[in-house]
Amino acid sequence: MERQSDYLEMTLPAKPQYVGIARLTVSGLANRLGFSYDDIEDIKIAIAEACTNVVNHAYEETGNMHLSCNVFEDRVEMVVADTGQSFVLEELDQNLGPVDSRKPIDELKEGGLGLFLIDTLMDKVEISGENGVAISMTKFLQRDEVENNVDGVSTETNAQEQK
Amino acid sequence: MNLSTEVIEKSDKKKILKVAGEVDAYTAPELKANLNPLTEEEGAEVVVDLTEVSYIDSTGLGIFIGALKSAENHDATLRLTGLNERVKRLFTITGLDEVITIDDENTEEAK
Repeated sequence: MERQSDYLEMTLPAKPQYVGIARLTVSGLANRLGFSYDDIEDIKIAIAEACTNVVNHAYEETGNMHLSCNVFEDRVEMVVADTGQSFVLEELDQNLGPVDSRKPIDELKEGGLGLFLIDTLMDKVEISGENGVAISMTKFLQRDEVENNVDGVSTETNAQEQK
Repeated sequence: MNLSTEVIEKSDKKKILKVAGEVDAYTAPELKANLNPLTEEEGAEVVVDLTEVSYIDSTGLGIFIGALKSAENHDATLRLTGLNERVKRLFTITGLDEVITIDDENTEEAK
């Protein structure tokens, strides 16, 4: 059974100057949870990308972005959501990928790398869009252990804590 | 969460843009405003020194794609230098390191 998780949330204006606030918040949280330096940087980028999407695409005028984090023993689940105009999700998938170096430079797009980065840097990503868009991003602690640790002695770190 | 830039004129053609701080949705317009005029000069050799840049995300990468296009259109060149490992990694993941010229020689500073 999974223990009840800690939960935190914040609502920020969907403006560029607040993207850094969201980034610093998750950075502090990830640091507190014991993520490695590289993982913390990955989390910062993913959150910033999700927030930047909200800032650039969600609202015609003003609105808010909602950041929420569920903290579990082995992972953190972060959601960035807006209540703006949902973009067409099907269109997104086709554009998800790195830059194609065979293309002429003039045809390279200046945007569209954000979701690709989120997808690459996070362990699990889900996008839903009904009343606005919500991107859910999960990052596991000690990833190699979660994936497939051969000798299975690694339980002493988290699992034997007091209930 | 701030960004500062400084242009160093090495010669008529060669300009170095030193960038320091974090490049994100908030600061990217400033980078663009300082970088694009350099790439719009015919035949310019533009070097962007990212030694002091601690963070960059896709908004910043987009600025460099735009600058590269601009350089192409003006017979100019664009080169990035001084990337730390984290910044370099983003260029690698996104495949931009295959498109934009990136110096390797300064990477030992990041160690």
